[in-house]
Amino acid sequence: MSAQAVLFDAPGPRARQRHRILTIVGSVIIAAVIGLVLWQLGVKGQLDPAKWAPFLTPSAWVNYLIPGLIGTAIAAVLSVILAGILGLLLGVGRLSHNRLSRTICGVLVEFFRAVPVLIMMIFLFNALQLLRWFRNDINPLLAVVVALTLYNGAVIAELVRSGVYSLPKGQSEAGLSIGLTSGQTLRSIQLPQALVAMLPALIGQLVVVVKDSALGYTITYLELLTWSKTLGSAFANTVPAYLVAATLFILINWSLTRLASAVQLRLKRGGRTAAPVTNTLPNIVQGHAEPGDVTTEDATAK
Amino acid sequence: MSLKLKIGAALAAATLALSMSACAGGSSTNLQALKIGIKFDQPGLGLKEGDKYTGLDVDVATYIAGKLGTTPEKITWIQAPSAQRETLISSGQVDLVVATYSITDARKEKVSFAGPYFIAGQDLLVRADDKSITSVDSLANKKLCSVTGSTSAQKIKDKVPNVNLQEFGTYSECVAALAAGTIDALTTDNTILAGYAAQPQYKGKLKLIGQPFSTENYGVGLMKGNTDLCNKVTDAIKSLISDGSWQKAVDANLGPADFKPGPGNPPTPAACS
Amino acid sequence: MGDILAKYNIWAGFLVTIELAVLSALGALIIGTMVAICRVSPVRVLQLIGTSYVNIVRNTPLTVLMVMSILGVSFILGLSWSNDAKTNAFIWAVIVLSIYHAAFICEALRSGVNTIPAGQAEAARSIGLTFQQSLTEVLLPQAFRGSIAPLGSTMIALVKNTTVAAVIGVPEAANLMATIIENETGSLVVFGLFAIGFVILTLPLGIWFTHLSQRLAVKR
Repeated sequence: MSAQAVLFDAPGPRARQRHRILTIVGSVIIAAVIGLVLWQLGVKGQLDPAKWAPFLTPSAWVNYLIPGLIGTAIAAVLSVILAGILGLLLGVGRLSHNRLSRTICGVLVEFFRAVPVLIMMIFLFNALQLLRWFRNDINPLLAVVVALTLYNGAVIAELVRSGVYSLPKGQSEAGLSIGLTSGQTLRSIQLPQALVAMLPALIGQLVVVVKDSALGYTITYLELLTWSKTLGSAFANTVPAYLVAATLFILINWSLTRLASAVQLRLKRGGRTAAPVTNTLPNIVQGHAEPGDVTTEDATAK
Repeated sequence: MSLKLKIGAALAAATLALSMSACAGGSSTNLQALKIGIKFDQPGLGLKEGDKYTGLDVDVATYIAGKLGTTPEKITWIQAPSAQRETLISSGQVDLVVATYSITDARKEKVSFAGPYFIAGQDLLVRADDKSITSVDSLANKKLCSVTGSTSAQKIKDKVPNVNLQEFGTYSECVAALAAGTIDALTTDNTILAGYAAQPQYKGKLKLIGQPFSTENYGVGLMKGNTDLCNKVTDAIKSLISDGSWQKAVDANLGPADFKPGPGNPPTPAACS
Repeated sequence: MGDILAKYNIWAGFLVTIELAVLSALGALIIGTMVAICRVSPVRVLQLIGTSYVNIVRNTPLTVLMVMSILGVSFILGLSWSNDAKTNAFIWAVIVLSIYHAAFICEALRSGVNTIPAGQAEAARSIGLTFQQSLTEVLLPQAFRGSIAPLGSTMIALVKNTTVAAVIGVPEAANLMATIIENETGSLVVFGLFAIGFVILTLPLGIWFTHLSQRLAVKR
């Protein structure tokens, strides 16, 4: 709403006609593009019922897609929980008055935010296979979870830090004035409020984790994309299999994003924290974060 | 410590403890309930179809397990992607690996092999109506396909310098592209190619050139130094070949592609070292 | 480590990474601006196109898009940019990276527009500027300056996401690292080398963008 109000006048008759023409042109282009894609798929035989029928049978779901979804879910949930813990520790470390812990945590956070997740996964998987500390079937899971934990822990650490900074100064001053040490103020007054304020952004981070879990495909971790690859081999319908996997990912992530917006709305009305509740990443994190954080659906946008 | 931190620490400790307890320990081979590693995504050789497993490797493995004392229902099938075959064996997670596992000297340093049970060779798969490719030498200006990082990809790059090779993550993607007409040939072991050509969805559309240009000895991988198990498996392979089951398995799985096993088949298993 | 450096051309891998990043950044900026225009335009259909584009692309893992691009679009639908497989893969990687990050750039630009108070447009109108003048003199400059921070983080993410092009065989840094680790032993040194490489690529970018956004921030 604000974008329209800022940029455009209420349309007059000529503008309305222009809009109508643009609407028609836009619809025609969209219909043409979709039609072209479907036609080409049909020509190459990708729309044969034989290729899509397997998805109507329970066998494809029970044996391939559901194990894949479970694999993705396990990696995502484990990573998010561990990343939350790690992020909390690193964030608090970065906020501490102790110069040493601030520097060490700072270096760790910046390092893990700079290294791509895929690189960490590949290295960890190969290292685990060489070291043979664990049973082989958890090596891929471990590599995926550790890589995701390190990276998202660093991002969450920055979220925590920015959350604490966004609190009004009065909060920490009040804590100090009733005799708490700065560490106690942090833990009992500032952190709880910061965490509540950052909750929508944390849920949004879960979307990033789910998306990055698909990178496990490259190290043979059995998540949704890997299983749909096997499904494609079994039923000779590789392209439809990937399309179905993509659709499932979109559905999961879209629901999570909606959840984040809903939580944000509830919190804004609830007044449980003095910090501004938002699911856009504040500037302190945007030094270098990554996509998935830049959400601009706030309560007033369409 | 706040409650949240306490819970978090407990969770972390639990996760660590769980994984530690699953340490790489050698589990002794239970001959009545063997764990066998196969491929889940290679039609004709090792394929998971719903909740059943089909393919030449599966049939060979079932026969060997039967001779060792495991009935088919008691076999645990475990997915063995190429990159994990050695660690699956050395960590004791599987007892045998029957997954188009070529015997090479580099691999012999990490695992022991029984066999070979089949001699395959790298070959080319083309469209049935494509007359322009007759051998590996007629690949100039043709688009080739193989799997990223596979030995087949490496071999074709050595054999045909400057080959125009597209690498995908899995062979079924190459086959889909081949059937759609956008690549001209797929290269890997002739058994794997035959498996794809034999799939009902591709029946009659693809053909093998039939001139293998390398030799791949498929063996059964097992824990290094386990000579006792190796000897038992070798005996099982010998009887597989001699009582006709070998030929039956090959015909049943790869026959629909008119596949004829190359020279050296059926092979004589080597002695265990 | 010396012999690894001698045997493999690590610099060549990072060069491909940089090429991918620069080309995709340009593509993403162009496409992202177009999608942003769609999303803020008053025409319903264009808004719908823009919103669906952003929602679909943002919620799909980049890995899935990469894999489907070269297989689905290139090979099944028959669109091919070059007969050479490596060049084809590179061009498709650039296209997919551009399409993926365009969605985030669109959101970054929109958030920049959202930082403008509504009073700015009213004030511009009330001193007699035409629609086009108020857009170019008053609104767009502020929108752009407000969106530098999220644009910066998208760019950095883009540099890191070029590693996903490894799944379609583009010979960039992650692909090279996987090859080295497979052929030699996977050592901490190799990982450290590539990690430092990416830190060198991203950290200065991050610092520069933060500095730029603070310097160009509109003082309200």
